[in-house]
Amino acid sequence: MSVLGPGTGLRLGDVGVLLAGTACVAGLTLWSWGGGPGNTAVIRAAGQVVETTALTRTHTFSIGGPLGITQVEIQPGRARIAVDPSPRQLCVKQGWLTQAGQVALCLPNQVSLEIRGRNTTYDTLGY
Amino acid sequence: MTRSVIELPVHAEDRRIARLAALAIGLTLAEAALPSPIPGVKPGLANIVILLVLLQHGWRAAAWVSALRVLAGGLLFGSLFAPGFWLSAAGALASLLVLALARHLPPAFFGPVSLSVLAAFGHIGGQLALAGWWLLPAAALIKLLPVFATAALIFGTVNGIIVTRVLAASTSDRRQSAPCTPP
Repeated sequence: MSVLGPGTGLRLGDVGVLLAGTACVAGLTLWSWGGGPGNTAVIRAAGQVVETTALTRTHTFSIGGPLGITQVEIQPGRARIAVDPSPRQLCVKQGWLTQAGQVALCLPNQVSLEIRGRNTTYDTLGY
Repeated sequence: MTRSVIELPVHAEDRRIARLAALAIGLTLAEAALPSPIPGVKPGLANIVILLVLLQHGWRAAAWVSALRVLAGGLLFGSLFAPGFWLSAAGALASLLVLALARHLPPAFFGPVSLSVLAAFGHIGGQLALAGWWLLPAAALIKLLPVFATAALIFGTVNGIIVTRVLAASTSDRRQSAPCTPP
């Protein structure tokens, strides 16, 4: 029972084994490299933690820095830098952060947003 | 001709196993010349031979060829009884055990590609299990797991397709001399 033509010789079960193998690889990758879904957002300004909040409800924090106000938007399961006065907008372009260990740094304004899960990826972050 | 006192009868099957083992050893040596970004990520070309032996001559013959390959490979690389040899042996053993189970899968649905992929995962599983237990802290290995698993999936698939092609070629050779029977 060849499903992809006689040339490849792939049978139905082979496709199943390949799919299972791919799922196994994907699972292993997530398990060993991904930090898992995050559940806490830690916001720092000038290296000091100013907010630690659970990713449970929609909320917006406004953090003051040397250049102006950085707005951090929290939603269930994710968080992002919504507005930042930095010239290149790198941390804003990072978009939504969902995985534990992900960090958005707004260096010019000295604000950082870090997502944490059950296990913290870094002991500390400093400028 | 002098008659020897000790006779070691050599059967046709012995010669066949020796010939196939030589082929597997040759592929192992050729593969060692290929550059690899991470030690342990190899195409496993000798597994093509092991799989062909399994499908054509049975599991016992495949186990013999595999064992001879590991032993002779260790001699040729100068790594006999060194860690690399034991890793190779653990991989070969785990792969053979997986094949012993997997060869009972219904052949109508599971072809050489299935066997090859399962054997490749068995191979890397056996190696990593020994390495984690004996050589490296398991935490370091866990970070490498996805790399090894991806390599096993890709090389297992490619080797399986090669085995399918070789089998198809050898059966079509036989068919040319025999009358074609409709299925």
